[in-house]
Amino acid sequence: MTQCLPFPHRHLLGIEELSPDDIRMILDRADDAVVLNRAARKKRDVLKGLTQINMFFESSTRTLASFELAGKRLGADVMNMAVSKSSVNKGETLIDTAMTLNAMHPDILVVRHDQSGAVNLLAQKVNCAVINAGDGRREHPTQALLDALTIRRRKGRLHRLNIAICGDILHSRVARSNIHLLNKMENRVRVIAPPTLCPAGIDRLGAEVFHDMRKGLEGCDVVMMLRLQQERMAGGFIPSHREYFHRYGLDEEKLSAAAEDVIVMHPGPMNRGVEIDSDLADDINRSVIQEQVEMGVAVRMAVLELLAEGMGVAA
Amino acid sequence: MTTILFSNARLIDPATGTDAPGDLLVRDDHIVDRGQGQGIPEDATVIDCGGHVLAPGLVDFNTTIGEPGARHRESFKSGGQAAAKGGVTTIVTQPDTDPPIDDPAVLEFVTRRAQEVCAVRVLPKATLTKGGEGREMTEYRFLLDAGAVAFSDGERAVADPVVFRRCLEYARSVDALVCHFPQEPHFSALGCATEGLFATLRGLPTVPVEAEAIMLTRDIRIAALTGARYHASCISTAESLAILRRARDSGLDVTCSIAVPHLAMNELDIADFRTFSKVSPPLRHEDDREAMEDGLRDGLIDAIVSAHRPWDEESKRLPFAQASAGGVGLETMLPVSLGLHHRAGLSLPALFERLSLAPARLAGLNAGSLAKGALADLVLFDLNAPWKIDRKALLSKSKNSPFHERLVQGKTLGTWVGGKRVFG
Repeated sequence: MTQCLPFPHRHLLGIEELSPDDIRMILDRADDAVVLNRAARKKRDVLKGLTQINMFFESSTRTLASFELAGKRLGADVMNMAVSKSSVNKGETLIDTAMTLNAMHPDILVVRHDQSGAVNLLAQKVNCAVINAGDGRREHPTQALLDALTIRRRKGRLHRLNIAICGDILHSRVARSNIHLLNKMENRVRVIAPPTLCPAGIDRLGAEVFHDMRKGLEGCDVVMMLRLQQERMAGGFIPSHREYFHRYGLDEEKLSAAAEDVIVMHPGPMNRGVEIDSDLADDINRSVIQEQVEMGVAVRMAVLELLAEGMGVAA
Repeated sequence: MTTILFSNARLIDPATGTDAPGDLLVRDDHIVDRGQGQGIPEDATVIDCGGHVLAPGLVDFNTTIGEPGARHRESFKSGGQAAAKGGVTTIVTQPDTDPPIDDPAVLEFVTRRAQEVCAVRVLPKATLTKGGEGREMTEYRFLLDAGAVAFSDGERAVADPVVFRRCLEYARSVDALVCHFPQEPHFSALGCATEGLFATLRGLPTVPVEAEAIMLTRDIRIAALTGARYHASCISTAESLAILRRARDSGLDVTCSIAVPHLAMNELDIADFRTFSKVSPPLRHEDDREAMEDGLRDGLIDAIVSAHRPWDEESKRLPFAQASAGGVGLETMLPVSLGLHHRAGLSLPALFERLSLAPARLAGLNAGSLAKGALADLVLFDLNAPWKIDRKALLSKSKNSPFHERLVQGKTLGTWVGGKRVFG
């Protein structure tokens, strides 16, 4: 077990407020969790007696499952709430829902919401640790951390890499969190997207912008594909799926511009044939998509454990 | 007949550019004389101003009151008390109430309510189109006769240029003032923050500043085509100033106003999703805010308005994109605007031209100056008194001030409307 200074944050709301040391601390701890997760008996009891509530205002399968498993493997009592189907439909506000939950004395609240800043708002109103599991298009910190862990384990380092983030940057919280994290760790970040899916000022965030995918992929060590968020796409951001795939879908031909040992990542769920070629997604030599899922559980365990230690309640 | 002598005052008269010590004599509801050390009329009540500033009361050309429809947010009574405390002697009210003021009967209701309970003068605007829906014009002649001083669809822009042209053409025939909110509505509907690095970082849906330039350009073309009197409400970008300058240079009767938040805040005041800083149009970049100060200094911007928008707590305690836009401003308009004098060196007569004289002229009110014969609408304030704005201490029913905890200088000591003391 690595022993170091306590994690200096009460909540995990975004990557923006983390230091490189904070990030390293989480990733080191997650490496330990990977070992545990690969053992036959996976359960520890550091969160024994603690209550973790996963409050998802937006539907999710993998992130919710990942947080649930992470909490359970550390011995917490985990409850899942799909809020979109209950109180919100009855007109209850976000803050009322939060206050109701708060009265049940959870120790950790994991929250996903479709509005940017909603998790910050909630964190001000409750007196437990809050983990952002994705808020609108702002941040999805544990996704960026699991991506970082995957890269570090595959590439042996998390600095001086050329990393391209491709696709729907505009609507993506994953892109924003990753740009913050990869810049903090001193990598060269590129974003590749059609101009309609590229938010203003992204270049000033420390990312080089490409509208031509082949050029953008030249010499890249890591390619992160993003899901085309079709549910947020009212109003014609792209002419059609087939033209999008032609210009921005990842296939062998375009990927050949990247470094020979390039790895391909995707936060899931994938739209095969829209942003990524199906064969490529399944290519075990280059695609690390399954590994990302594994790292996701480990990173979330690390975050839960560090926050619990910070509260002084970890066993 | 009542006579009041304000003695030992620092008189500010924007009409003549005066900033000098002196006395002011008020009889009934009018100013009758101004001077220094003249004899005290026998029947006069003397108010010793103690060397503090006596200026024409503020005329707020853009106030929202919740009547009819939302009296729990602001009534004429509470709004009037707030105005009086803020040194505002006239409020020109927005017509986008519920129901909207698009009919002489509703207008008469508002006027009657205002006369019964409001401490300050109320001059109502009526909607430019029926229901404020941007499709058919309202009865401008009848509404003017019932007391409307201008026409506006509040914070909704008339998207259809054909409708807008007809409104202006017809408005010209009755010499009505048309106030429009120049924000391209298709753009505005998409976002709640100004496009740029900050909004991208916060992950907020955005509107480009071009939304304002596009609508303002269209509006001015139509104003030129029709010859109507046009007023651009709450402009907020440097580009708008350039557009307005060209319009003025070509001799068009075009005026504009700026809301206090756009003068005193920029997009960074949103910080970590402070919904009290959510206003419409959204707060801009700092260079746009600085351009607004220049626009005031060189006289391109006619009026400073409070853009008073009372919202209950529930409307603001929401994720940023879902929260209501706008903040209360009647009580903070004067002290926050005085920052332009303290910090940016704008003279007091120049500042009161924007706060009192120009908006009074827009509303057709014989106020805003200390001239003989003008209405005795006055504010007396301590120019330098420092204090901290506390939203809980506001008299407005709604406490959604974007200036909560701001340190300001300048405190109202007394307010008179038509020679009657309404505050202090």
